[in-house]
Amino acid sequence: MKQVFKRPESMTDKPFHFCPGCHHGIVHRLVAEALDHFTLREKTIGVASVGCSVFLYDYFAVDVIEAPHGRAAAVATGTKRVLRDRIVFTYQGDGDLAAIGTAEVIHAANRGDNITVIFVNNSIYGMTGGQMAPTTLLGQRSTTSPYGRDNQRDGYPIKMTEMLAALEGPSLVARVAVNTPGNVKKARKVIRQAFQMQIEGKGFSFVEVLSSCPTNWGMTPVEANRRIADEMIPYFPLGTLKQRDLVDTF
Amino acid sequence: MSEPVKKVFTKGNEAIAMAAINAGCHYYFGYPITPQNEIPEYMAAQLPKVGGEFLQAESEIASINMLLGAAATGVRVMTSSSGPGISLMQEGFSYFAGNELPAVVVNMSRQGPGLGGINATQGDYFQSVKGGGHGDYKLIVLAPHTGQELYDLTIKAFELAEKYRMLTLVLGDAILGQIKEPIVPWVPEKTAGDPDRDWLITGARGRAPRKITSLFLADGEMEKHNWHLQEKYARLEQNDVMVEERECADAQLVVVAFGSVARIVKSAIDEARAAGMKVGLLRPITLYPFPGRRLEALGRQCRNFLVAEMNTGQMVEDVKLSLPGDCRVEFYGRPGGSVPTPEDLFEVISETYEKMV
Ligand SMILES: Cc1ncc(C[n+]2csc(CCOP(=O)(O)OP(=O)(O)O)c2C)c(N)n1
Ligand code: SF4
Ligand SMILES: [Mg+2]
Repeated sequence: MKQVFKRPESMTDKPFHFCPGCHHGIVHRLVAEALDHFTLREKTIGVASVGCSVFLYDYFAVDVIEAPHGRAAAVATGTKRVLRDRIVFTYQGDGDLAAIGTAEVIHAANRGDNITVIFVNNSIYGMTGGQMAPTTLLGQRSTTSPYGRDNQRDGYPIKMTEMLAALEGPSLVARVAVNTPGNVKKARKVIRQAFQMQIEGKGFSFVEVLSSCPTNWGMTPVEANRRIADEMIPYFPLGTLKQRDLVDTF
Repeated sequence: MSEPVKKVFTKGNEAIAMAAINAGCHYYFGYPITPQNEIPEYMAAQLPKVGGEFLQAESEIASINMLLGAAATGVRVMTSSSGPGISLMQEGFSYFAGNELPAVVVNMSRQGPGLGGINATQGDYFQSVKGGGHGDYKLIVLAPHTGQELYDLTIKAFELAEKYRMLTLVLGDAILGQIKEPIVPWVPEKTAGDPDRDWLITGARGRAPRKITSLFLADGEMEKHNWHLQEKYARLEQNDVMVEERECADAQLVVVAFGSVARIVKSAIDEARAAGMKVGLLRPITLYPFPGRRLEALGRQCRNFLVAEMNTGQMVEDVKLSLPGDCRVEFYGRPGGSVPTPEDLFEVISETYEKMV
């Protein structure tokens, strides 16, 4: 019998602690598949952020450094400057990357640091229990915007992909989603391309993944997937905004 | 020490940078601030020549985290700053402690609080030795008082950082950083940490994956980790206290001072001795681990102490805690900016001597 589905080598066999329907697990897998695709497991260093994905090292069979909240891009810069032939990626939530860590990611991108950043935008602070994130949509209720996000008070959901695409440094800046099989397929390809940019030394690559947090959205997994299509994608359009040339390996 | 090279006439800040490179530190991340800019400038010019890398970060928050990412790979790495920048690094200091990573940070301290001034001060003593970041942790803190010592202790800082997997802070000030002095540069035998250390993050080639973390959620693990850190600090206090004593054997009054103030006290003491007063100096070289046991022993033989600092009274607390209860401790201090002259200190010593002895 032919085996058609197996755990990527870059993952451990530890069961995820994520809530049912959470997209973190899917994104983890896509990253691991990309590492496997290029046989990178033994030369990859992951930089974990503070958020629901803090236990990156439990699920990835690679070396991992845990960064302080928001500082993953700076930590990755430090590592990559020393070990230039290794593959260094960060995995950060929207609170981590787009609020407390905004300066670090913008400057890593602007320097064109040859690292890959996976940005999981679930429009909420998952780990701390559902507070408003910089990406929380207008009108979206959270525990710290109980009457809905109000742009007069809280400003607008921040579009990191558009911001970073405006810089000279990055090699690839894209936004993907994993709420449908079709979107997962596209996301898989873009995440692969992001790592290929790093392999080819093209500089900073960035993939924003629109993600679900059924628990803090107060939704079932199915409703959460639908919300991504109905509310998130219209405000955070999918697509590759910036891309340098690659030698196509697909 | 291998063969000594010839004498060079250099600023304190440059002595530090030179020492770091000679100690094998080929990576530097930092953000400009006076009065230490000669360090990044020297690094920016020299590191590319030795195949290393200088990177100007977007903030001190970024510098300390770049340091963290580099330190995890096991290379020797350094940053330097002054008060406001060191304050921004406190979060990172705490992570270095929790993660048990070695690196060297230089604080060429300037006046505070706030933006303060760029003149010399010792107002960062508490921040350095008591910890400005969160949690129950320590830094190794070295307090040089001459150009040569800036050089020597920078090398020592890398060795201690590696020995204990801790951040080592070299605490200087604007005077030490700016003063030009002849120094003898030298190259230590060991210019890199052991490549076989079992925690280095290098990519899991042919071995089990590793992690650097300070998060311990399993029952009792966090407490265990903290006890482990404390055990390490106890070893440090046992084995690596550094102190200079001068004319303490017959002293009736011992002055306790560190860094640039200790240097000025030395001249004042020479004068006091010449005037017939039995005065000695105890100069902590490691501010943490503090030479408390040495002070306690000295306190059984001499009863009178004068603590002189360029702040309004910080190290004096540690001196009082260390000495036997019946010792008398006077304090002379002024906030940074106006540096006491040897004459000022001679006067203070004479008055204190007259009052106490
Ligand atoms: C300096 C600091 N401030 C606040 C926190 C608390 N904190 C932990 S995770 C988090 C937000 C996580 O949200 P996000 O980055 O969106 O990740 P998610 O859990 O949603 O995946 C916060 C505020 C912290 N650990 N450190
Ligand atoms: S709280 Fe949200 S982001 Fe965190 S694991 Fe649960 S569903 Fe995922
Ligand atoms: Mg989030």
